[in-house]
Amino acid sequence: MFKHFLGLQWKSFYRSASFKTEIWFKILMALGALYFIAVFLGLGFGAYFMIDEAGWGDPLRVVNRFMVYYLTFDLVFRYMLQKMPVTNIKPLLYLPFKKSQVVNFSLGKTVVSFFNWSHAFFFIPFSVVLLTKDYPFAQVVGWHLAMMAIIYCNNFINVMVNNKDAIFYIFAGVIIMAGVSQYYEWFDITLYAQPIFDYFYDMPWTAIVPWALLLVLYFSAFGYFKKHMYLDGGLAKKHTEVRTENLDWLNRFGNLGTFLKNDIKLIKRNKRSRTAVLTGFFFIFYGLLFFTGAIEAYDGPFWKIFAGIFVTGGFLFSFGQYVPSWDSSYYPLMMSQNIKYREYLSSKWYLIIIATVISTILATFYVYFGWEAYAAVLVGAIYNIGINSYLVLWGGAYVKTPIELTSNKKAFGDKQAFNAKTLLLTLPKLLLPMVIYAIGHFLISPLAGYLFVAAFGLMGFVFKERAFKMIEGIYKKEKYKTLLAYKQK
Amino acid sequence: MITVHNLTKKYNTNTVLNIGHLEIPKGQSFGLVGNNGAGKTTLFSLLLDLIQPSSGHIINNEVQVDQSEEWKPFTSAFIDESFLIGYLTPEEYFYFIGELRGRNKADVDTLLANYADFFHGEILGQKKYLRDLSKGNQKKVGIVASFIGNPEVVILDEPFANLDPTTQIRLKGIIKDLAAKEGVTVLVSSHDLIHVTEVCERIVVLNKGEVVKDIHTSAETLKELEAFFAGSSYQPQ
Repeated sequence: MFKHFLGLQWKSFYRSASFKTEIWFKILMALGALYFIAVFLGLGFGAYFMIDEAGWGDPLRVVNRFMVYYLTFDLVFRYMLQKMPVTNIKPLLYLPFKKSQVVNFSLGKTVVSFFNWSHAFFFIPFSVVLLTKDYPFAQVVGWHLAMMAIIYCNNFINVMVNNKDAIFYIFAGVIIMAGVSQYYEWFDITLYAQPIFDYFYDMPWTAIVPWALLLVLYFSAFGYFKKHMYLDGGLAKKHTEVRTENLDWLNRFGNLGTFLKNDIKLIKRNKRSRTAVLTGFFFIFYGLLFFTGAIEAYDGPFWKIFAGIFVTGGFLFSFGQYVPSWDSSYYPLMMSQNIKYREYLSSKWYLIIIATVISTILATFYVYFGWEAYAAVLVGAIYNIGINSYLVLWGGAYVKTPIELTSNKKAFGDKQAFNAKTLLLTLPKLLLPMVIYAIGHFLISPLAGYLFVAAFGLMGFVFKERAFKMIEGIYKKEKYKTLLAYKQK
Repeated sequence: MITVHNLTKKYNTNTVLNIGHLEIPKGQSFGLVGNNGAGKTTLFSLLLDLIQPSSGHIINNEVQVDQSEEWKPFTSAFIDESFLIGYLTPEEYFYFIGELRGRNKADVDTLLANYADFFHGEILGQKKYLRDLSKGNQKKVGIVASFIGNPEVVILDEPFANLDPTTQIRLKGIIKDLAAKEGVTVLVSSHDLIHVTEVCERIVVLNKGEVVKDIHTSAETLKELEAFFAGSSYQPQ
């Protein structure tokens, strides 16, 4: 029985369309995974010594203190990224498997997920270091086992609350509040959380508690799934009552308005696009890393331009670079309707421009960090509007993986964003403005650097017609390939 | 209205469509039948420039479809659910198509009023997105949307499949009227021989990508078709 499941699993993995991706991309992915593993390993081995050196106290206690954040971030990441086991259950329902076997297998599958074992790269070396530093064996093992159980608890909590957006947003809100109040020293959640984790070390037998909790969670997840394994139950798509929206105020833009109306609905009504917009929004705060001097490596002058591009270009990167894949599920309609490519592309362009302008306005608070910070933001916006807006549309012509609007699967770092051509196009998007700035900065003055970049962006406006003509040509040339690719879900 | 010239479509060495010449006059209701893989959807996709011909071309009202986009204003189609926008309500979808075809809301509403029967109260005002409608109801939306904006050519792939009997009968009436009263060229494909013979003036049978029969519909047509398909299944490959 189990063999059957494994066989199906293997085939669904091996035969999936996304598996047949370019070889060098696989290498890139592997490198990415190795990078994260290295970071975790580095932290695992290094955390003890770093904390020790900084003199913050007993490294284990310090880790315990911030463990609550570690675990909540883990939960948030899981919520956003971890795939749910319910997929592919449907065809198994009427076959002679016992329901409990199907559920056990599906839940078992989540246990071997990357989201669980990646933590081992931190906890195992950290525990080993503790042992070599003469921490008592039984106590470290107790702590370690407790942590392992808690990571798995997270796994099953995520399985159960998945797709309950309300819970997630409340949870995320509470964490942000906790973080803010800790920063301003109003209320320190870690003081209350730390003793819990300390118990596992001080009294190793208490590690039984998280394991018991894990068992409870497993069985409740099991019961929950078994109870809901009906087509009109947990496997059904959720239906909410919706209303027709007019958005008539956009009619004044003529044909462009027609598309803009549609795009706004696209963004509002689909999980995947909402995530993209949210990601774009968070990019606004990315600049804080640069302008507050939080990370030393980012202190070089041209990094400011890099920040400026990202702060105002969040939407451009998160949404813009997937044009036209957002329309993948009905691309044949778009291609056979009475639509000119030019109008279709301009509507996306305007959407990007509007979002960039809004980001720029929201980013006004960077004035607080001095005129240079805000100049970088403004100049970044001009460059984004003038140059990058064309580049993302251009790159989009080569992005040919359909987007499933209603699921968040692969919302981040999807391989579709990376193919040789789109990767090459990121060079002028990010590096070119930095180079231009650096030339101005080192030859004349910082101000000249900003002016250079802005001038470059403004040049983009002048060549708008030509740029669009070229992009339109590429879209037309790629049309049939794109249609074919979108058919392969 | 539509002329097909030496049209072939090949995938590698496999020829899936090969039509030397085919002419469909204006206002004809044209039926396309054939077994799975006969090339019906391929022909329709070529008509809509969704795939490229390997050789030859199609002229739609003096426009060569793989060269110019000028056929789009007077041609409309419903092939499958990829012609629907899942996150819109039916009303929004109709208005969207209407706007693309230069029709305002009032025009679209007037048109939709004619299809109240056809919708059977299950489409408009349902407070659901298209993706949440049943397959049959989705199909109704797609079919009616293809009538918006007075197209001269309407292409419907398997319009009868998935529809309930009442709706099938209504749809037959609608298609007949379109061709007879409004001079619309209607192209319909179907696996249901009874429906096509009832609706279409002319029926073309495709087999393995080639036109094997081209019949002006008469009382004997259904028998002829049934005999053909009953026989063809026994033919050696």
